[in-house]
Amino acid sequence: MNEGLGARSPGAGGAPGGRPEAAAPRLGASLAAVRARGAKALVPYVMLGDPDLETSVRVARAMAEAGADAIELGMPFSDPLADGPVIQAAGQRALGGGYRLARGLQAVADLRRQVACPLALMTYVNPILQRGAASFCAEAARAGADGLVVPDLPLEESAGLGASCRAQGMDLVLLVAPTSTDERIAGVARAASGFIYCVSVVGVTGAREDTLVRVPATVVRVRARTALPLLVGFGINSVEKAVRAAAVADGVIVASWIVQALADLGAGATPEARAALASRMVRVLRAGLDARPA
Amino acid sequence: MRPAERVEGAEGPDAHGRFGPYGGQYVPETVMPALAELEAAFRGALADPSFHAELERLLRDYVGRPTPLWHAERLSQRLGRGVRVYLKREDLCHTGAHKINNAVGQALLCLRMGKKRVIAETGAGQHGVACATVAALFGLRCRVYMGEEDMERQALNVFRMRLLGTEVAPVSAGTRTLKDALNEAIRDWVTNVETTHYILGTAAGMHPYPWLVREFQAVIGREARRQVLQAEGRLPDAAVACVGGGSNAIGLFAPFLADRGVRLFGVEAAGRGLETGEHAASLTAGRPGVLHGSLSYVLQDEDGQVLNAHSISAGLDYPGVGPEHSHLRDTGRATYLACTDAEALEGMRLLGQTEGIIPALESAHAVGALERIVAGLPEGALVVVGVSGRGDKDMPQVAKLLMNEPAP
Repeated sequence: MNEGLGARSPGAGGAPGGRPEAAAPRLGASLAAVRARGAKALVPYVMLGDPDLETSVRVARAMAEAGADAIELGMPFSDPLADGPVIQAAGQRALGGGYRLARGLQAVADLRRQVACPLALMTYVNPILQRGAASFCAEAARAGADGLVVPDLPLEESAGLGASCRAQGMDLVLLVAPTSTDERIAGVARAASGFIYCVSVVGVTGAREDTLVRVPATVVRVRARTALPLLVGFGINSVEKAVRAAAVADGVIVASWIVQALADLGAGATPEARAALASRMVRVLRAGLDARPA
Repeated sequence: MRPAERVEGAEGPDAHGRFGPYGGQYVPETVMPALAELEAAFRGALADPSFHAELERLLRDYVGRPTPLWHAERLSQRLGRGVRVYLKREDLCHTGAHKINNAVGQALLCLRMGKKRVIAETGAGQHGVACATVAALFGLRCRVYMGEEDMERQALNVFRMRLLGTEVAPVSAGTRTLKDALNEAIRDWVTNVETTHYILGTAAGMHPYPWLVREFQAVIGREARRQVLQAEGRLPDAAVACVGGGSNAIGLFAPFLADRGVRLFGVEAAGRGLETGEHAASLTAGRPGVLHGSLSYVLQDEDGQVLNAHSISAGLDYPGVGPEHSHLRDTGRATYLACTDAEALEGMRLLGQTEGIIPALESAHAVGALERIVAGLPEGALVVVGVSGRGDKDMPQVAKLLMNEPAP
C-alpha cells in the first residue's frame, strides 16, 4: 500500500513541495468575512471535466465573475455513493471524456490563475488514498486549492487527512446531517475547519420536495457548538430555496440545479453558452441572497 | 466504541472496525448514526439468550440446518492422491444458498430495531431471494437492487423475488452488475435510513457489516468443524470456498482460524483469465482502496477509479472483497487463487457427474480450483469444500453456453 490516509497517525501530514509557506487557510477566513459584512455566502459547484476540462474551467470563472464567494470543484469518481443521478451523470460524462486526476489538478491551477475566490475540491476518499493523503494535499495546494470536501469521510476517519490539509494550509470541510446526534455534531465542530457543510436532507445530492424541512433544526444544533460558518447544501434548486436556507445559515452550496441546467443545454452547447448560463444562474442567486429581507 | 467481541478464535475487528489496516467506515455522515445503532443492536442481540434461541429455531426449522457434510467419494477418487473431500452442503439450505443464514439473522436485528422496511443488493439473486424470503416471513417491506445485466442472466431469481412480494429495482448505472447495485442500495439507505434496515449480503462494506455477516455465516464453519471431527476424528488439512465479497468463505473459515494446521483457500473469479484484465480477482490482482465504505483490496486504476469486474458468475462479479479476507491474505493465514470461467464450468460438470450435485456457478469456482489445491497438499489430505449454493438458477445461462458443445 502507499502512504495511505495516515488516519491513525495524526501529524503525519507533511509532504514537501506544497504551498511555499503553509499560510492560514483562506476558505474559512473568506467565508467568515462574508458573514462579517452581513452577507450570505454563495458557493456554486462545477464538475471538473464535464464535458471537458477547458469548459469546466470556463464555467467556474464565469461563476466567480458573477459573484460566487467560493467555488466547489467536483472531482469525478467512479462510485460516488453520496450523489444523486445528476452529479453521477456529470461524473460519468467527465470520466467518459478521459478525465484523469493529474489533468484535473492542472485545470485547478489554470482556474487559480484566473480567479481570486477560494476553491474547494470535492472528491471521494479513494482517489486521495491512491495518491496518499500528504501527496494529494501537496499537489492540490500547489494547484491553488483552498480546501477539501470529502463526502465519504466521516469524523472518525478524518484525522489523518485533516493533518495533511493543515500542513498545506488547506481546510478540511466536514459534513453534518439531520441524522447527526448532538455528540457527533460536537465532534465535527472540534475537528472541522473552513466551514461546516450542513446537509439539508436525509439523502443524496439532488432535488426533492421536502429539501428544507429539517434545515432550521439542524443549523440550530450546529450553531450552538461552533463559530465556523455554516453552509447548507443538497437539493437547493431555486432562488427561493437558496434564500430560505441562507436565512437560517451563513450561505448555500448549489450543485445539482446548475449541473442539470448545463446538461440540459445538450452535448452540442458551446463553452460560451455554458458559461453564460452559469453566470446568469449565479447572478440570480446572488441577487436573491443580497435582497433577502433584513 | 468498544472492541468487538472475539468469537470462535476469529480475530478482529478492532475498536475502529478494522481487521489489521482494513475495514473502517467510509460513508456519508447521514448513515453514521445508523451504523452505531446497528452495532449496538447487534451487541445487544449477542448478549441476549432469547435472540440466540430464536435464531437457532429459525435456522433449524425454517432454513433446515444443520446442512449435511457429504463425503464425496467419487470426486475424491477423481482428484487422486488419496484425498478425502467433504462437501459442506449450503446448497441444501432453504432458498438454495448460504445467503439465508445472514438474511435471517439481520431480519431479527431489523425487528429488534423496530424497522419495517428492508433493502438489499444482489448479484446472482441469491441474497435478494433470501431477503425477499425473510421479508415475507416477517411481514417486512422489501426492495432489492439488482444490476440490469444480472437481471438478464439470473431471470429466474428475479421472478422468485417478485413472486415473494419484493420489489426488484433495476440498476442501469455503470456496469449494471453487483457493484452498482451496492451503490444504489447505499444511496437508498442514505435516503431512508430512519425507517429502513439495509441487509448487506456479503462480508464487505462498512463496519459493522463485515463482522456481523461473518458471525451470521460462521454457522457454516462451526457445523463443518464438528461434522468433520465426527466423521474423521480429526480436523481437515484444508478448507476451500469461493470468494466474491467473501461471506460464505469467511463463514467457513472463521471457526478454523485458530486451528493453525487447517489451511484456508479462497477461490476468486479469474473470468476470461487474469492476463485479459477481464476478471474479478481483487485479492489476486487488485490493491488496497476504499470501495463501498471500507478499505480493502479493489480492482482500480492509478487514479483510484474502480474498474469493471467480469465473471461468468454474477455472484462473484465484483471488483472489491471483504476487509477480513484482505487481512487474511496479507498475513498469509489464508491463500487466495483464481479460477477462470472455463474452469468453473468444468467444476460444475465435474461435481454434477461425480456426485450428482450441480453447484451454483459461484461454488463451481471452488470445485474448479480443487485439482490445483490438492496438488499442493500432502497425500491423503482431508479437504472441506464449501458448496455455497445450488445451480438451478444458472441452468438457462449455462445451457446457452454449452448448447453447441458435444457431451463429454
